[in-house]
Amino acid sequence: MAVIIDKNTKIIVQGFTGKMGSFHAEEMIKYGSNVVGGVTPGKGGSKHLNLPVFNTVKEAVKNTGATASILFVPPAFAADSAMEAADAGIKSCVAIVDGIPSHDMIRIKRYMRRYTKNEKMSLVGPNCAGIISPGKSMLGIMPGHIYKEGRVGIISRSGTLGYEAAQQLKNLNIGVSTSVGIGGDPINGSSFKDIIGKFEEDDETDAILMIGEIGGPQEVAAGEFAKNNMKKPVIAYIAGLTAPKGRVMGHAGAIVSAYGESAVEKVEILKEYGITISKNPSVMGETVKNVLSKS
Amino acid sequence: MDIHEYQAKKILSDFGVTIPRGGIAYSPENAENKAREIGGNKWVVKAQVHSGARGKAGGIIVCDTPLAVAQATDKLLGKKLVTNQTGPEGKIVNRIYIEEATEIKRELYLGLVFDRSSESIMVVASTEGGMSVEEIAKKKPESIIRSKIEVAVGMQQFQAREIAFGLGIEPELIRRASETIIGCYRAFSELDATMVEVNPLVISNQDQILALDCKMSFDNNALFRRNQVSELRDKTQENTNEVYASDRGLNYVTLDGNIGNIINGAGLAMASMDMIKLAGGEPANFLDVGGGATPEKIVKAFKLISMDEKVKVILVNIFAGINRCDWVAEGIVQALEKIEIKVPLVIRLAGTNVEKGNEILKKSNINYIEANTLEDAANKAVKALG
Repeated sequence: MAVIIDKNTKIIVQGFTGKMGSFHAEEMIKYGSNVVGGVTPGKGGSKHLNLPVFNTVKEAVKNTGATASILFVPPAFAADSAMEAADAGIKSCVAIVDGIPSHDMIRIKRYMRRYTKNEKMSLVGPNCAGIISPGKSMLGIMPGHIYKEGRVGIISRSGTLGYEAAQQLKNLNIGVSTSVGIGGDPINGSSFKDIIGKFEEDDETDAILMIGEIGGPQEVAAGEFAKNNMKKPVIAYIAGLTAPKGRVMGHAGAIVSAYGESAVEKVEILKEYGITISKNPSVMGETVKNVLSKS
Repeated sequence: MDIHEYQAKKILSDFGVTIPRGGIAYSPENAENKAREIGGNKWVVKAQVHSGARGKAGGIIVCDTPLAVAQATDKLLGKKLVTNQTGPEGKIVNRIYIEEATEIKRELYLGLVFDRSSESIMVVASTEGGMSVEEIAKKKPESIIRSKIEVAVGMQQFQAREIAFGLGIEPELIRRASETIIGCYRAFSELDATMVEVNPLVISNQDQILALDCKMSFDNNALFRRNQVSELRDKTQENTNEVYASDRGLNYVTLDGNIGNIINGAGLAMASMDMIKLAGGEPANFLDVGGGATPEKIVKAFKLISMDEKVKVILVNIFAGINRCDWVAEGIVQALEKIEIKVPLVIRLAGTNVEKGNEILKKSNINYIEANTLEDAANKAVKALG
């Protein structure tokens, strides 16, 4: 059934009546996503895009049976909205918004520890393009038409680089089961490892393309997970092989993970874990094709 | 966002950390008066630039008289200080911090950062203060103490105590040391910092625990709710083009090469830079105009790149999604009506309505080289260097 969303997944839009929320809700509906309503506090009871608007996520869930939500609220209020979704029983939430303070992200993640594994919402993002299961449903802001339906899973921190990959695959006549943008922020809702595990269990996915970049431990953690727990082949590209060091993080940051955060080091470590590396961004599609033809 | 040492110290002192007495000066006379005000018979004159390793670069001068303080200030003010962290262009010294000299018994290291693995705040401490944390990690890794703090409940007394005892601090100073460590934690957590580094944290001959030097960085995403922090921004310490870019919502880092980049999305920008290097070229910058790549942003991006004299070729690589290539192409055409570009221009469009976009570019008067793939674009850009 692809990963996280399929054509039956009922979706609500938080920040529904705003400019961004309206625009992308319409795009999602056009794509075929099952959008069942939205939330804008204070506008409950009205209609927007012919769909019901609710004051709270709880009301929306109760009245529509929604299990997924997408956030189009300003960064200052995004943490609050994500926690509201988790509390209302939403199972999958995508935060598109760019600019959520890191301290807020940590707060969300701590808040969600109150839920057992089964009740816990999976948060994707922030600062991401969202999720698409081509031909089924789109819970994001990507151009749906560049994704061909198929059996390769994509996980990408970058939005546009994920598009690039989907396009390369399409040009080679290879389709995508689900593409998940996990976002470019230092603290994010779902890691590569969280998503790669879902793809391993998905019977509609044959191989996974992971598009990482410099900084943070998540690519390596996913690589280790793949080595120990996965049968499906994983292909990876790591952006920033030529990026200068030390422009983003301060001194003390270097010590927390002294090794393994540069692109070159990540590539070395992933290779050791048996992951096939796409050596540059213009051969992501070809690399996947080669791996598929071998398996 | 980074701030100056004296600003960071003021913040720490508001959170109960003891700092040496000091004051800021903008002129030699000013500095001399400050020295007299502070009193004593030894002062440290410290150039305020956003960089560590200032001592080795001559930015920190110890003086025995207020007159010497004035002379040292005169020597530093208005000059550029080049440290091993500023790059060869250095950073301008506009402010001088005058501080009473401290008699040091022990130098310690204390740093706080986000730990991305455990998604918590990590305290890093060492008995080997005074050298950089990288050096400590290399030379004395066994001296490093790490402590993860649960952000939901904040730092507990026992955690601070454990660190203090771990640093070999004498029992009678443990309470004060714990207060100091907790003060640093509170500053980090209550002001949306991304780094607080006290190096060295010293124990003086008089058994005071003092923050002798301090660096702090803050989360740009949280500045909207931290007015007292955002006020401390000093744009003279930042690269002029980077300030221009950040004021216009562009994500820009200046680099050493000569191929200027205009790209949408940070990941695609990094990937394009990788391709340029593989093709044998060097990028002049990292520039992400944002996933949307609106015409306004593209105009701003062209302006920014045209300000950079080292750029010999411009490479535009836009993967248009919802925003559509035809719209992006119109933005490019508009931009080039306003800004004269004297260097070769390579444009690669991809995504929604790419044919329409390329047609618009072809019909316009723009003199450019069309590219189809990432690789093609990088190769053509390098070739255009001649």
